[in-house]
Amino acid sequence: MATRSVVPFGPQHPVLPEPIHLDLVLEDEKVVEAVPSIGFVHRGLEKLVEKKDFHEYVYVAERICGICSFMHGMGYCEAVERIMKVEVPQRAHYLRTIWCEMSRIHSHLLWLGLLADAFGFESLFMQSWRLREKILDMFEVSTGGRVIFSVNKIGGVRKDMDADMLKSFVALFDGMEKELRILSKTFLNDYAVNSRLQGVGFLTKQQAHDFGAVGPFMRASGIDRDTRKLGYAAYPDLDFEPITSDVGDCYARTQVRIKEIFQSFDLIRQAAAKIPDGEIAVPVKGFPDGEHFMRVEQPRGEAIYYVKANGTKFLDRVRVRTPTFANLPAMLETLKGCQLADVPILILTIDPCISCTER
Amino acid sequence: MIDGEILTIGPGDLVPHVLQIKHDGYRLIQICATTTKEGYELTYSFGRGYEMAHLRLIVGPHAQIMSISNIYEPAFLYENEITDLFGVPIQLISPDYKGKLYRIEQQTPFK
Repeated sequence: MATRSVVPFGPQHPVLPEPIHLDLVLEDEKVVEAVPSIGFVHRGLEKLVEKKDFHEYVYVAERICGICSFMHGMGYCEAVERIMKVEVPQRAHYLRTIWCEMSRIHSHLLWLGLLADAFGFESLFMQSWRLREKILDMFEVSTGGRVIFSVNKIGGVRKDMDADMLKSFVALFDGMEKELRILSKTFLNDYAVNSRLQGVGFLTKQQAHDFGAVGPFMRASGIDRDTRKLGYAAYPDLDFEPITSDVGDCYARTQVRIKEIFQSFDLIRQAAAKIPDGEIAVPVKGFPDGEHFMRVEQPRGEAIYYVKANGTKFLDRVRVRTPTFANLPAMLETLKGCQLADVPILILTIDPCISCTER
Repeated sequence: MIDGEILTIGPGDLVPHVLQIKHDGYRLIQICATTTKEGYELTYSFGRGYEMAHLRLIVGPHAQIMSISNIYEPAFLYENEITDLFGVPIQLISPDYKGKLYRIEQQTPFK
């Protein structure tokens, strides 16, 4: 009979800069069970809704996560706008879409770098992050910020992008696309990389459904669902289909994310070509009264913003169901049966964001 | 269930409804608690394709609520979170962190 032992993973681990702990139950080198512990840095951002009025809370929502801060701000704004039946100008919808896709490119490039670092391919890590730096520069040019942008407000956005800026961004994305094609060959074809990713951490389509997986983690197991298809921001005007794979291993998750970066380049080009002239925000008067579940496709998957308002300037409740929170049960399932040495890579391939989870 | 519908039910009806929903091919999307004057409002959201529908319990502070983690495994995280932050007593969560999912100084801050 195999020897059973429990190996702690985290909360400090070289692969994960954020704190999550797993008790890994092993039989020899094989994981048979994983029990998670979270809550090391719970920040109580949802509780802050009692102290900040519904306009001020946009700034809190943006601080849920430093990588998808724009999308958190936008998801919250869209929820309140739908409760208040605010008609956001179409140009603001397009600007939000462009910043959303830039956030996705930034997040996926960051993740690719972390993945390369996790399997010890340092030059690939540096190249991924060098490319990511260009997106951060574009954020700085268009919003003034590199992490927190504060461009969302209830009723639209605070900053515009003129035609010259959009043209220069599209040209920059063309160059980035060429560079990413070279990088992606290494991620997808290199023997050493493939040996760490292929056949590791399978999640079947049925498991992805049953355990509530979301985002690229779910789509890499064959479920073609992408919340952008629900039609918020300017996505109803853009042509795209969810990117999926039927394989369901770590390699498939890498492949899906790389393809999603190329898709984001395309979506930004479409949005830049179609963006209408006009206002970027409308004045919002009164207080929200009602409730709404707003669903947004973040880089890591579907996030749900539940807002309940009572007709005053303070909301009753804001609750954010983040993608990593939804992906944890499916991640625990994929860990069962894997080798101890594969655990860091496997955990990384769900692209966990503990900052979001510890909102 | 109808897309977007919020169906209010009693605590005793939760498990039969959830079993039926699972049988209909829905998966659990989230569970959310809200503090109300009378106690708590728990909203269970389920998804099928792009549809999302909800069950809602409106309960007093001492109501006994059964866990649905034996029907939907991912429910354990949401239920432990609600127990930690709101102090809602949810019975038979599997696994039950017994109020220790979050390492927070203030117990049940939303209570």
